[in-house]
Amino acid sequence: MQYHSIIWLLLSSLMGICLVTVTSALALDETRERKLTHLVRQDCGSCHGMTLKGGLGGPLLPGNLNGFESEGIASIILDGVPGKPMPPWQGELSKEEALWIADNLKKGFPQ
Amino acid sequence: MKRREFLKVTALGTAAAALASPVQACPGELRGTGDLAIIIERASGSVVIVDTTAHEILHRVEGLGDLSHASAVYSRDERYAFIFGRDGGLTKLDLLEGVIAKRILQAGNAIGGAISDDGKLVAVSNYKPGGVRVFDTATLEPVADIPALYDKDKRSKTVGLVDAPGQHFIFTLYDAGEIWIADFSSGSDPKITRHKGIGDLPYDALITGDGRHYIAGLFGEDGMTHIDLWADAPAPRRILSGYGRGEKKLPVYKMPHLEGWAQAGGHFLLPAVGRHELLVMDAGTFKEAGRIPVHGQPIFAVARPDGRQAWVNFAHPLNDTIQIVDVPSLKIIHEFKPGPAALHMEFSPRGHEVWLSVRDSNQVHVYDTSTFKKLAVLPAQSPSGIFMTARAHRIGL
Repeated sequence: MQYHSIIWLLLSSLMGICLVTVTSALALDETRERKLTHLVRQDCGSCHGMTLKGGLGGPLLPGNLNGFESEGIASIILDGVPGKPMPPWQGELSKEEALWIADNLKKGFPQ
Repeated sequence: MKRREFLKVTALGTAAAALASPVQACPGELRGTGDLAIIIERASGSVVIVDTTAHEILHRVEGLGDLSHASAVYSRDERYAFIFGRDGGLTKLDLLEGVIAKRILQAGNAIGGAISDDGKLVAVSNYKPGGVRVFDTATLEPVADIPALYDKDKRSKTVGLVDAPGQHFIFTLYDAGEIWIADFSSGSDPKITRHKGIGDLPYDALITGDGRHYIAGLFGEDGMTHIDLWADAPAPRRILSGYGRGEKKLPVYKMPHLEGWAQAGGHFLLPAVGRHELLVMDAGTFKEAGRIPVHGQPIFAVARPDGRQAWVNFAHPLNDTIQIVDVPSLKIIHEFKPGPAALHMEFSPRGHEVWLSVRDSNQVHVYDTSTFKKLAVLPAQSPSGIFMTARAHRIGL
């Protein structure tokens, strides 16, 4: 194999890795995304409202989450709020999934 | 258009027109409403009106707003349902005509309501602005506004709103930990009795079918609060204190409901918060009389009207299962899996059937309660609450 084709192979595989990493941070596979959307609308919705305008739990619309980083929201999702009804979802959700939910809540959650 | 296509279109049009026609099959045909029910379609802001004898959908009515966690009460003549939406919508639905008779947006965020024993007042429990608003059932014109004020100017979310005999409404202040009794017997300016310090984070409450006991569940404490409304001076007292002390609670993915608490055979069966258990409470002493291990964290434990059985459903992620408890022996006698998100159960007035919403299958199932056989499946979009008109004549529903 010629030298420059080895470089090319290395570069393209690096790019491949980069692409994979970026995709997994921003988007999960489509089936899982649909399941998470359903979970948020239906099950989070039992306290926060299906339209996420709030209920016994607070509202989760973009305007309500301006002051929060996605990482902070994700850790509330995973760890819950001690002494309050918000349960810890770790065990149900991975860190990536919680981050995906947090990112999308900040953007305006899909229907 | 070819003739065959034209015929097809015409046939479709006729079918659509038939679906859209009011409840009466033919104009002028008389019918009662005693065997009708409504099913909430939570995601589409619609309800279906069903004939529970024929197991048939009579009508779908749209335009009711955000119906997540919606509930309903009935007028005394069982013709009208009052439906409480999450978005503060209060809709008066005419079951006979299959149309919305009147609809108002009375608050920004609401959680259920109640109708007075004389049928004249409908009250709505609001999260935002926190408090209770009361309306005339004939016109939906406002009658009274009761802000749930505490700590000078804070407003509490209200939960557990029920009717009680003597034109009373009782409700609980989630943020303030108080129970208020509003007495409307002398007109539209209610006499309010406040009970403070009833416990930490009361999340729901119920009144027993005889109108005597009001019981609030506490999220912030292991225990509940009870008021005997027949006492000379009704006062709150803690019951079942520390029923889970020293044990680690599981994460609670959905708050249990207290409405429909199974009261049967001298016992209450009630969902324990954050445990895979039903608590058995002695209905005379209000002391714990045992526990029944169950499939998951119970959401509803509903007694069949004769009290012989209690049907139990469960929180996410175990919400595909129903268990049935035989009340005399306190044993689970049957279990089945109707499908994902079996959310709500409603018994026929004398308990021969149970209607069950299976949200994620977009179905409502009807079961025979003695053989447990499935009798019918009806299509519905994300069905949740099912409310039969017989509720019109029961206290606290």
